[in-house]
Amino acid sequence: MGSELPLVDTVLTVERLTLWFSGLVAIDGVSFSLRAGELLGIIGPNGAGKTSVLNCINGFYHPQTGRILFAGRDITRLPAHRRAHRGIGRTFQNIALYPGMSALANIMSGRLIHMRGGVLAGGVYWGGAEREILRHRAKVEEIIDFLEIEEHRSHRVAELPYGIQKKVELGRALAMEPALLLLDEPMAGMSAEEKADMARYILELREVRGLPMILIEHDMGVIMDLCDRLIVMDYGKKIAEGPPQQIQHHPEVIRAYLGEEHAALAGETA
Amino acid sequence: MTTRAVLDRPPAPARTTGVPATIPQWLLHNAERFGDRVAFREKEFGIWQEITWRQYLDHARACALGLEALGLGRGDVIMLIGDNRPELFYLALGAQALGAVSCGMYQDSLAEQLAQLIDFSGARFIFCEDQEQTDKVLEMTPRLPQVERIIVEDWRGMWRYHQPQLTVFHDLEALGREAHARDPQRFATLVAEGRADDMALLCQTSGTTAMPKLAMLSHRNLLSQAENFLAVERHIGPRDEFVSYLPFAWIGEQMISYSLHQRVGFTVNFPEEPETAQRDFREIGPHFTFAPARIYEGLHSAVSVRILDAGPLRQALYGAAMRFGIRCVELEAEGRSLAAWRRLIRGLCSWTVYRPILDKLGMTRMKVAWNGGASLGPDYHKFFRALGLNLKQIYGQTEIAGISCVHRDGQVRFWTMGAPIAQTEVKLSGEGEILSRSPSVFLGYYRNPEATAGALRDGWLYSGDYGTLDPSGDIIMFDRMGDVIVKADGTRVAPRVIEDMLKFTPYIQEAMVVGEGQPYLAAILNIDMRNVGKWAEDRGLAYTSYTDLSQKPEVLELLRGLVRETNARLQPEWRIQRLVSLYKEFHPDDEELTRTRKLRRGFITDRYRDLIAAIYGGAEHFQAVFTVRYEDGRVVELRPVMQILSVES
Repeated sequence: MGSELPLVDTVLTVERLTLWFSGLVAIDGVSFSLRAGELLGIIGPNGAGKTSVLNCINGFYHPQTGRILFAGRDITRLPAHRRAHRGIGRTFQNIALYPGMSALANIMSGRLIHMRGGVLAGGVYWGGAEREILRHRAKVEEIIDFLEIEEHRSHRVAELPYGIQKKVELGRALAMEPALLLLDEPMAGMSAEEKADMARYILELREVRGLPMILIEHDMGVIMDLCDRLIVMDYGKKIAEGPPQQIQHHPEVIRAYLGEEHAALAGETA
Repeated sequence: MTTRAVLDRPPAPARTTGVPATIPQWLLHNAERFGDRVAFREKEFGIWQEITWRQYLDHARACALGLEALGLGRGDVIMLIGDNRPELFYLALGAQALGAVSCGMYQDSLAEQLAQLIDFSGARFIFCEDQEQTDKVLEMTPRLPQVERIIVEDWRGMWRYHQPQLTVFHDLEALGREAHARDPQRFATLVAEGRADDMALLCQTSGTTAMPKLAMLSHRNLLSQAENFLAVERHIGPRDEFVSYLPFAWIGEQMISYSLHQRVGFTVNFPEEPETAQRDFREIGPHFTFAPARIYEGLHSAVSVRILDAGPLRQALYGAAMRFGIRCVELEAEGRSLAAWRRLIRGLCSWTVYRPILDKLGMTRMKVAWNGGASLGPDYHKFFRALGLNLKQIYGQTEIAGISCVHRDGQVRFWTMGAPIAQTEVKLSGEGEILSRSPSVFLGYYRNPEATAGALRDGWLYSGDYGTLDPSGDIIMFDRMGDVIVKADGTRVAPRVIEDMLKFTPYIQEAMVVGEGQPYLAAILNIDMRNVGKWAEDRGLAYTSYTDLSQKPEVLELLRGLVRETNARLQPEWRIQRLVSLYKEFHPDDEELTRTRKLRRGFITDRYRDLIAAIYGGAEHFQAVFTVRYEDGRVVELRPVMQILSVES
């Protein structure tokens, strides 16, 4: 458990997390930590509790037992919006954008937690309020440039292709300037080319900005290529943890994914 | 036969000392005369960022001295690959200030093609816009030992690139700025050493042959071009806006955004991304534009498609207004003045239909739009002129720095390429080849003396285009020389002219005229499946497939009628005497058309050798044999019979 102590370079620590819904155990004593600049992948079969872990981290769900430490402070009891202010950003498995608004407005909404002016000042839009909006707009434009969605800037999100909507959602999360980014299947339903683009953005966020991220993804190729470390979950439990090469040959993992027989075979060859 | 320019204003006076003779000298001059006026505007982060003439000079100077510090010198070549960005211009100017030569490359070129050109040019320096282009060059470096330096503007995604040849654009400029701080006179000294006859750039020609041809153009070529074009085209002024979105490697873009820009001092705007070009174009609302035919064709189809989505009232209004507008344009082209009632209705249409459409295209402020490269079909010409756009044809080649002829205002004849610009003579050789002579005729092809000897004889540029002179003095270009058909009696025929007339009817999709060495001409036609199909349905004719429809007796009679009508508009020796409706469409997948849908005549002549023999053998029908391979692997042999029809000439 030594590695799970809040060390200086540990961004997030999850300790013995347990979550159940009226008798159904979703997360069963999961512990792990995330280091600064690290890209951590969570894999596991459907219903293993991966998304529930993210929901606990960003405050949508409140675990019955366990602790979550973020940047050295206990956030277990904080509501979701307070955690967003602390710097936890996320994207969703099923896109959760404002469909009637433009891509630009959607990303701009990610800046709301940094805005100070009230409704009145914003409505009058003069002096300080205008300067503030322009400053936020500049940040948003950097993100639009980063994600290469200039041509979709003023399109209604509902009319955009799925892959672009995913980009917009990532853009909104980045607009918060998060200190930790939770990505829930950012590549689901994307074409090979869109996946390659998304992988490039994720890599660049890690390499250039050193942004720590937790990634849930079903595409094993992507996970194995991108992540520094993987956690494998099954039935709410963490069954394995380690670098991708090691996880690939882990008998527990193979069992969870492919069943007993394959695991036995893999065990012999390994 | 020679035709000379009819001048709207006198050509430029002979150069005296102190007047800029090279493009870098013009930049120094402009930074002084325009100072903080806007030279470039680039959309970045959603905002149009302005670059003044003084900043332009500052960047170009930093590039020049930076390149010098890295070892670029007189006579060296620097290759530039990227979307249109100010940085390309800074580098090109910087290189030319050192006496080096810039060469733009098409950014969609494959790595293999780039390597071939880089190798051929002997370039030691290459500029790549981003990771994509850099990867292409790096992939080929084992084959390009002479490449010393690759300058990259956008380092994004390249955090793990440590190749020693790579230099970030900003570091290059920083290097140049240090050099400038050490020796503030260095740049001015270098620029002053430039001579008008120094080679300024290498420009890829649009040749379709395997070996690349790079035209060498001097500063004199480029600047005299700008001067002589301005002498006849008075539209452009220093307060105008221009949007640069066509490839930097294309001579048309070079001559406007580079040399004409220096000469006039308008503002060049760069779109944010190629994908946003159309929206950005509309935001700027440029005062003039220069584009190849495919752009206008694309705009026309975009408008047509949008109108199809409109309600019936709007469609009817649009249809009536366009028919009326086209009629007015035709009357004007014939040199007739419009009756008062026509002018009145035209004004009404302008406010209800024409201008709203132009507004959608971002063309309401446009004073003139030039079509360069291949000529634009007359129907497109009429369409845009009916909207009130001053669309004019330009004729020229890369080898004459872009332009030798342009339509004059009020004398736009759709069938011609316009009249020569100032200081330019155009004449026809005995074979009907268009020859031109002007101070803009190029220095020759780079490292290709044979091609140079073919194109440059006694100061005349041999264009390879077959044409004639209009009674008005305008140039008419029919076809490429190689495509001209010589009949048995020696008559020369330009097949493209006849084919364009045939294709103008809605029922003929594609046409190829044959008759080389034969006593008369024949045409192989493709019906337009959609329109002929509709025509057949309206008449209650049942058909199953393209092949079936193409041979229906009624359809054949329709085609015979169309050919007869076309013949009536042609001189007797150019008339079609036999025709065939081909059982299939010409198709790029069958290598009969290029990807840009031009006929591959040699291939078609060879492939349909037996059919052509049957036509001239006097046969009444011909049975083709071809095999079809279905996707499930079955191979079926088909033997369609084609009727060969005769038309009285």
